[in-house]
Amino acid sequence: MEKFDILEAVAAPLPMANVDTDKIIPARFLKTIRRSGLGAHLFEDLRYQVDGKENPDFILNKPQYRNAKILIAGRNFGCGSSREHAPWALLDFGIKCLIAPSFADIFFNNCFKNGILPVTLTEIECKALMTDAESGSNARIIVDLKAQAISRPDGTVYTFEIDTFRKRCLLGGLDDIGLTLEHGVAITEYEAKSYADPWRPRIELI
Amino acid sequence: MASTLFDKIWAAHVVDSMPDGTVMLYIDRHLVHEVTSPQAFDGLRLSGRSVRRVDATVAVADHNVPTENRAAGIAEPESALQVSTLERNVREFGVPYIPVTDWRQGIVHVIGPEQGFSLPGMTIVCGDSHTSTHGALGALAFGIGTSEVEHVLATQTLLQKPAKNMLVRVDGRLPAGCSAKDIILAIIGLIGTAGGTGHVIEYAGEAIRALDMAGRMTVCNMSIEAGARAGLIAPDDETFEYIRNRPHAPKGDALDHAIEYWRTLVSDGGAHYDKIVVLDVGALPPQVTWGTSPETVVPITGRVPDPADIQDDDKRAQAIRMLEYMDLTPGQPLAGTKIDVAFIGSCTNSRIEDLRAAAAVARGRRVASHVRAMIVPGSGLVKLQAEAEGLAKIFTDAGFEWREAGCSMCLGMNPDRLRPGERCASTSNRNFEGRQGPNGRTHLLSPAMAAAAAIRGALVDVREML
Ligand code: SF4
Repeated sequence: MEKFDILEAVAAPLPMANVDTDKIIPARFLKTIRRSGLGAHLFEDLRYQVDGKENPDFILNKPQYRNAKILIAGRNFGCGSSREHAPWALLDFGIKCLIAPSFADIFFNNCFKNGILPVTLTEIECKALMTDAESGSNARIIVDLKAQAISRPDGTVYTFEIDTFRKRCLLGGLDDIGLTLEHGVAITEYEAKSYADPWRPRIELI
Repeated sequence: MASTLFDKIWAAHVVDSMPDGTVMLYIDRHLVHEVTSPQAFDGLRLSGRSVRRVDATVAVADHNVPTENRAAGIAEPESALQVSTLERNVREFGVPYIPVTDWRQGIVHVIGPEQGFSLPGMTIVCGDSHTSTHGALGALAFGIGTSEVEHVLATQTLLQKPAKNMLVRVDGRLPAGCSAKDIILAIIGLIGTAGGTGHVIEYAGEAIRALDMAGRMTVCNMSIEAGARAGLIAPDDETFEYIRNRPHAPKGDALDHAIEYWRTLVSDGGAHYDKIVVLDVGALPPQVTWGTSPETVVPITGRVPDPADIQDDDKRAQAIRMLEYMDLTPGQPLAGTKIDVAFIGSCTNSRIEDLRAAAAVARGRRVASHVRAMIVPGSGLVKLQAEAEGLAKIFTDAGFEWREAGCSMCLGMNPDRLRPGERCASTSNRNFEGRQGPNGRTHLLSPAMAAAAAIRGALVDVREML
């Protein structure tokens, strides 16, 4: 996983509430067995017209946002499925930070596991950032994870909350599995005492 | 201290706690399917790790499998690749697998309880958000992403922060013509798609107790549509009877001991809930969605809302967009809206009880000539039983297509898809734009309501046809 530290980039505004995972990446693109390549289908149904041509009105098709690395979104972003194809598609497109008033739980979790930073700010703060983002490439936003701060182009700074464990993992690009296996003894001990529980039979398929 | 059912299951699975409150939670059951696992197995391979507990893991292909002519194999190359990749992975890592041609094959959330893999008190995960279904047995069951699938395969644990407790108490006796699906749609309509965010919902109350296990699974299934991490129901005699004689459930003395423990899995009096919602379903009419979010629920006797009446700017803009997508006009009555397709299936409503409810409406009637109606049982065993009970004959006589088990048109990864612009009465759980096929239009409703719509050729109050 790539480390996340300071990100200075163009932010794209997506002022829609309840953007679901089918909107981020429609189910018909889940057939891949790889993690990469999904960026081409990010927001497929919004980004392309029925005839397959790009929809010139969609934000990520406008020249000044094609390299956006930050997305400012509406509330309850990422609701719907647990599929990680949604963060993979965002990441593959180049989005590394999402800012919204709220996120759906599983999606929020999945972002961290893939090195994307989801930031929750108040509705008012998000509105202000949305306005900044609308001025395109002139408006670069700085996300400083260590300081837990977001700087607007006019110099205003918003701070945000983040779980210390997740912050450590993002900053260090650390892999959860490796961290967990350091506690392997605790798992073995737990299994030793739970193995005989009658309500936890072992699976054997015939 | 008084604890909730969720607190008790949680506490029984804590392996280790970190100073910041993150917990290493032990996972008793891991269900694996072909869509969200290939990258996880790849991850294991890359880091030279193995599957820690093959005896707590079971795999099945469901999302991509064709529901017709199964012997012919999978025609779409990408679908075939996902299934063959799963087959290769389970062989390499030694994971128990139910093959596509096995009678026990089916939707992962149908076969978990059906086979007795899913049991009360367990922690159950799967790389699919509707894992909440298994909560109906009194288990803590939730969906995870692919990174977490890999994490569970490698460590049999997950790093988690405790969720908040939410109680949804459903009072009253459900009237004729209504089912568990109407209850859960009404709940989502009431609390919204973010109403349960950060919470695990415990369903309780007279109306929940009165539900059979299939009904409880339908309710827990859609917890995710209410934004909740999971949904669960305290196990009772109904649950224990359901479990008895399931192939992978404990038997004899072990079962008695297990039941003794399971009886302790109830929320204590005075336990704290962060949020409580109460509703009465004593006079509930059948429910149906009109928009592209599961919270857009109205009674079948109701009308499509008029965006002009909505105060919130975001919500109004959303409603306008939804009406346009759904090709509905503000204020139009739901009943009488013409449909093109009826789909009875999905992990929400594809159990034998669901098929019986649909068959009761279909018996001796005919599907409207302009409607394509499809029944997709949740598992091979549900299909066999429906055939033995004569339900399949009722359906085929009425002009329904009778298919093989799988996810099918719930998400259109296999060839069962809506064509652009088609309107579908569907027993599935999501009505998002394009969910059942690009530009398809979905109305969520119960199996009886879907059968009624298929016959009438339009959305209709099933109570007129009982
Ligand atoms: S039936 Fe639908 S919701 Fe259920 S697991 Fe399959 S695709 Fe997901």
